[in-house]
Amino acid sequence: MPRKPIDIPCRVDHLSILSEDGEVDREMEPELSEELLLRMYRTMLLCRRFDERMLTLQRQGRIGTFAPIKGQEAQIGAVVPLEPEDWIAPSFREMPAEVWRGKSLESVLLTYAGYNEGGKIPEGLNNLPIAIPVGSQILHAVGIAYGMKYRRKRHVAMAFFGDGGTSEGDFHEALNFAGVFQVPAVFVCQNNQWAISVPRSRQTRSRTLAQKAVAYEIPGVQVDGNDILAVYVAVKEAVERARAGEGPTFIENVTYRMSVHTTADDPKKYRRDEEVEPWIARDPITRFEKYLLKKGLLTDQKVASVDEEVTREVREAEQRWALQVEEGIDPMGMFDHAYEDLPPHILVQRDELRRELEEKSSQRG
Amino acid sequence: MAKMTMVQALNMALAQEMEKDDRVVVLGEDVGVDGGVFRVTDGLIDRFGGERVMDTPLAESGIAGFSIGLALYGLRPVCEMQFSGFSYYAMHQMEAHAARLRWRSQGRFHVPMVLRCPYGGGVRALEHHSESREAYWAHTPGLKMVIPSGPRNARALLVSAIRDPDPVVFYEPKAVYRAFREEVPEEEEVFPIGRSQLVRGGKDVTLISYGATLRPTLEAAQTLHDRYGIEAEVIDLLTISPLDDELFSGSVRKTGRAVVVHEAPRSFGPGAEVVSRLVEKAFLYLEAPVKRVTGFDIVIPLYQREQEYLPHADRIMKAVRETLDF
Ligand SMILES: Cc1ncc(C[n+]2csc(CCOP(=O)(O)OP(=O)(O)O)c2C)c(N)n1
Ligand SMILES: [Mg+2]
Repeated sequence: MPRKPIDIPCRVDHLSILSEDGEVDREMEPELSEELLLRMYRTMLLCRRFDERMLTLQRQGRIGTFAPIKGQEAQIGAVVPLEPEDWIAPSFREMPAEVWRGKSLESVLLTYAGYNEGGKIPEGLNNLPIAIPVGSQILHAVGIAYGMKYRRKRHVAMAFFGDGGTSEGDFHEALNFAGVFQVPAVFVCQNNQWAISVPRSRQTRSRTLAQKAVAYEIPGVQVDGNDILAVYVAVKEAVERARAGEGPTFIENVTYRMSVHTTADDPKKYRRDEEVEPWIARDPITRFEKYLLKKGLLTDQKVASVDEEVTREVREAEQRWALQVEEGIDPMGMFDHAYEDLPPHILVQRDELRRELEEKSSQRG
Repeated sequence: MAKMTMVQALNMALAQEMEKDDRVVVLGEDVGVDGGVFRVTDGLIDRFGGERVMDTPLAESGIAGFSIGLALYGLRPVCEMQFSGFSYYAMHQMEAHAARLRWRSQGRFHVPMVLRCPYGGGVRALEHHSESREAYWAHTPGLKMVIPSGPRNARALLVSAIRDPDPVVFYEPKAVYRAFREEVPEEEEVFPIGRSQLVRGGKDVTLISYGATLRPTLEAAQTLHDRYGIEAEVIDLLTISPLDDELFSGSVRKTGRAVVVHEAPRSFGPGAEVVSRLVEKAFLYLEAPVKRVTGFDIVIPLYQREQEYLPHADRIMKAVRETLDF
């Protein structure tokens, strides 16, 4: 009985289409309509401007803690191939993907300003609410994908999570379930190199995150996650495979967290500014902009006007949000949506609060 | 004596225990280089090195299960769950193993570990960062569940928890972390686990609380005194399990009336256990039904509504007056 190597297929590709200065690999370049390309660009910029504005609002104390997305806008490429019937299960750093999928900027502001109402999902949008417990939402996408397969639908479920998320048991369970049941799921790992203060190299000894898929016999691919075309192409392939009944795919988007982990974090404690600098040149928006300029789809003038437009859109959303905030909220709303029917003991508690608030307002008035 | 915040006092407890005992190690997410997201472990890695202060991968079940192994081998792990809201991934390890290995091995093994978790509301946080679920742990046979209320007792209790031969879940009220300072002696001070503390004497009613709600409870007691001449006795539980029922039932045998205050949901919360003990130990002395001022039995709302959710002094005073008017 000699010792022999087992032939395990473990090819892991790295995919990149746009260079840092916007040069495109002609063979890999996806065929996308002018309109779609411009919409992708516009949404990236909208989310960048919105993110910047939220940081200001947070510093002014008008909203609470949130996780900035700066530098990770190319994630939009992952949701471009999706249809409304497809589902997404985001973590807390997927604002751009959610906005592409129809989430309003006001609802984002409402959530971070501490209103339960921000969680409301518009009818017809198959976007799960953000999941803050790291790694926990990935299994939900796998279950949803099983449901799609069960109902013989050609839909897909997509889960987003970070590099840190790949350390949680739930991540491995999700990949394993997906492999075993061959469901139409797409796993999108936003490897932004950091999990708060823990660098990617200390999160796992693996050379790539994509290779983790190999253990579950799932195709895994590493993608330049700041290249929206590469993200799009990788996900499109995965989505097509899923729709064709060929099972799940794991995609590692290599990107970078340009900003703080959350507004409660101080990166000076654990990373040097010099580390951030090279990533400025790899900015997903300027890179895509260069490509579109070269392609003749954008001009400097148009860039400026898109910027103006999205800045206005952010301002208008903020105004609508501010109006809602001015109207005030009823504290009693905290009891909404606890159950379909509130059980009697909670009705009693709700009355306690109502009486307390009435007494308080009659004392004031 | 230096005046310290709870964060500083906990840091001192860890540093001093590490200094004295090389079995003590600290681990968790961001506890090393970053010094913990609340800075409780700040500077420990510089002083004791990365081998004793471990930045772990992001995995709570991993942190707890690995700590159990460390403890089985004779070390004294103090592990951090970044927020109590993420400790449930670790619950299975704690319930299935930390809490039972002494029993399962018929005394051969034991698990002297501490699971530290910031808990509770009032800091305008995101979802999962404000809950108060101490009852889960207190309900688990084999675990001890401790919740300090101020810098000085936090330090003394953490030292006891580290030295305790059994697993201790240690909840830290994050609303108190930097809320005020107290004199904390440099020299060793321990407070026994399993003992509550009288923090204000009174004859009319007994108020029982712990953790972050101790302060509004004391505020209510003061206002009741100033405004109405009502003398409330206040007891700080400090340990939720094993519950010290001697002090509060003795107090209620004297006052005949009690109000229990906590921010955890009411049903099946620690208050329910306190009331049961009172029924068992002071039934014939009770002059009025015991009241509970607690969080409601719903998910704690996002921060715009959390002040209406959390128990506050007015709500406590009202409950006291209803108890007295009964
Ligand atoms: C289960 C769990 N543990 C801890 C936390 C606290 N926490 C929030 S984000 C984070 C790091 C996440 O890193 P990663 O998965 O890489 O995502 P990123 O924040 O970089 O987008 C941690 C530890 C959490 N939210 N959930
Ligand atoms: Mg990350």
